[in-house]
Amino acid sequence: MKYIDEYRDPARVRAAAESIRRRVTRPWTIMEVCGGQTHTIVKTGLQDLLPPEVTLVHGPGCPVCVTPVELIDKAVAIALHSGVIFTSFGDMLRVPGSSKSLFDAKADGADVRIVYSPLDALKLARNNPDREVVFFAVGFETTAPANAMVVWQAEREGLTNFSVLVAHVLVPPALEAVLNSPDCRVNGFIAAGHVCTVMGWREYEPIAKKYGVPIVVTGFEPVDLLEGIDMLIAQLESGRAEVGNQYRRAVRRDGNRPAQERIAEVFEISDRAWRGIGEIPASGLRLRERYRAWDAGTKFAVDVHGVRESEECIAGMVLQGLKRPAECPAFGTRCTPETPLGAPMVSSEGACAAYYLYGKRVQTDVPAASSEQ
Amino acid sequence: MCLAVPGKIVSIVEDEQPHLRRGKVDFGGVLKEVCLAYTPEAAIGDYVLVHVGFALNRIDEDEAHRILDTFREMDELAQAQAEAGGDTAEPEQARPETGGDGS
Repeated sequence: MKYIDEYRDPARVRAAAESIRRRVTRPWTIMEVCGGQTHTIVKTGLQDLLPPEVTLVHGPGCPVCVTPVELIDKAVAIALHSGVIFTSFGDMLRVPGSSKSLFDAKADGADVRIVYSPLDALKLARNNPDREVVFFAVGFETTAPANAMVVWQAEREGLTNFSVLVAHVLVPPALEAVLNSPDCRVNGFIAAGHVCTVMGWREYEPIAKKYGVPIVVTGFEPVDLLEGIDMLIAQLESGRAEVGNQYRRAVRRDGNRPAQERIAEVFEISDRAWRGIGEIPASGLRLRERYRAWDAGTKFAVDVHGVRESEECIAGMVLQGLKRPAECPAFGTRCTPETPLGAPMVSSEGACAAYYLYGKRVQTDVPAASSEQ
Repeated sequence: MCLAVPGKIVSIVEDEQPHLRRGKVDFGGVLKEVCLAYTPEAAIGDYVLVHVGFALNRIDEDEAHRILDTFREMDELAQAQAEAGGDTAEPEQARPETGGDGS
């Protein structure tokens, strides 16, 4: 496919890796923020093409993984309400709650349906006026324009049998949380290209300045990722900490203004708990007052109690780049995509799933090369 | 979750209400209806980046080719050097940093 295949071309991958090798003189640790990028890196073995000085660690950019267990429990409880059609992206269905996943709820008789787009959920609500249709609005800034649009449309149409359970998170506060951790060893960030397609990169400029870390907005194919790393190494080797843009074909500095306007119209910023990480101030989105009638969280009076996490799962450490998936004693044995203990093992963006699927189980250590940086 | 796929717009349905602007997008032979409300500038024949049924941006063709051409040339140069027996010779410097601030 155009704009995909050519960015996987072995000759170009080779040239990009060679450019990094020539440039690097010291050890550097780079975090890719987005789970989609993690999957490209692990699937294509990009780490193996890099010189030993460059260590990649995987970041918190998996919205499915950071959705709090309380919210999963709430989703399950709403799905089990009679008359509800609960719709979600497929990723969320296997994510373990305290005692049940949405798949388990489906097995128990709940009407849980996978949709490709929130527009499909909206259509279901129009076609089933006697049913309550709920959409699990999970995502980062990339997905916010879509979710904002369906709520906005539902309000315009007076579609009262539609609502959304909002689990939206924002990337820049998460970067700051990673940087504020006393164990942080990250020297530079590969910023999530599609988040920036919507938001641009202005909001990353104060972070680069405050913490002295370069940030490069990067695409998702192997050539993109290697060029992004190369741009970061160039900055690091010359002592600069700026925001760069590798993903120029899709990202402009101001992002997509119409999309930002719709998000701001429907959502407001709120504090948010991140599963495995904890509360991060101003890191989430919730519906504005005007749209609260479409908030499934208040529409359905469900009591969630006995919230419980796996004691063994180290997802929080993995999501902050402090541990690699295979360092978890349960990895690949008591925790697999079929019987997961934590969300990163089931999400298509989860680091544990990437290592499990693409056979990197033997790589158990996080190289300590740049821990003194 | 943040997966977005490039596709080519093959038809557009304009609507009096801009939020209903939509079109058919071709993803390597698979046609899907996509909301074009956030890409009012996108025209038939343009490539757009699509996420969960919404086009997030028009792809800039010139920028798309820039990176591809750079690395293709670099690889050809390296191959030529290797064939000429110069494979151990280091180039004078790494390639200049591309991208910059892009503003």
